[in-house]
Amino acid sequence: MNLKEVKQLLDAEVLVGEDSLDREVKTVFACDLMSDVLAFVEDKTILLTGLVNPHTIRTAEMMDINAVVFVRGKTPDEETLKLARETGVVILTTRHILYNSCGILYSNGLCGANIVHR
Amino acid sequence: MSNIQLCYNIERQDFSKAGEASSNIKKALRQLGINSGTIRRVAVATYEAEMNIIIHSEGGIIGVTVDVDKIRIDAKDTGPGIEDIDMAMKEGYSTATPEIRELGFGAGMGLPNMKRYADEFKIESSVGNPTIITIVIYL
Repeated sequence: MNLKEVKQLLDAEVLVGEDSLDREVKTVFACDLMSDVLAFVEDKTILLTGLVNPHTIRTAEMMDINAVVFVRGKTPDEETLKLARETGVVILTTRHILYNSCGILYSNGLCGANIVHR
Repeated sequence: MSNIQLCYNIERQDFSKAGEASSNIKKALRQLGINSGTIRRVAVATYEAEMNIIIHSEGGIIGVTVDVDKIRIDAKDTGPGIEDIDMAMKEGYSTATPEIRELGFGAGMGLPNMKRYADEFKIESSVGNPTIITIVIYL
């Protein structure tokens, strides 16, 4: 699946990275706790989260996560969007809640990210 | 090959710049052609160290030394020091404020995460003294 299909499935709006929607998506991680993203994520995955601030983008950057989907209709501020543009992280926003967003993607064949318990 | 050194000042409570040093370190390592898995381990360790210095300390520095066979990260702050290192190393233990938690941090995963991604990990600290963390990741 690519980001364009994720956008369609989640009825999402693209806030940053309209020209990068051909990026492939293999797995999904969903979490509001950035420390856990840093702790567990191993795959190159996309991140679904309700946490809207620049630290979400920084975390994505550190983990090579190339797209973030903000759920519950949340819209980031300009500072967050600017950082996403600078770091090349694609930003989508959907009105679905986190649970439904995950369910929609899962039922269309996207599995969860492999995580590591060290 | 002589080693390559990077050093960044981290200011206390400066959330607007949080992650900048780690972002620059990541870019520098990429230019050196280091593999992406190793870069990610270094990036997580420096990012957690950076957040810790911003959140908990009076300010400090993060140094990265790239050698032929390893990358060494030195994170040093100017205090106030950690009272109980064993507790601080426990997953889930944090002294961060609710405001920090709202940013997605303060889950008590910072130090355990650094150790998790390190091949060698050392922390020295006591109340009234700097906290010094040394992390080595093998290439």
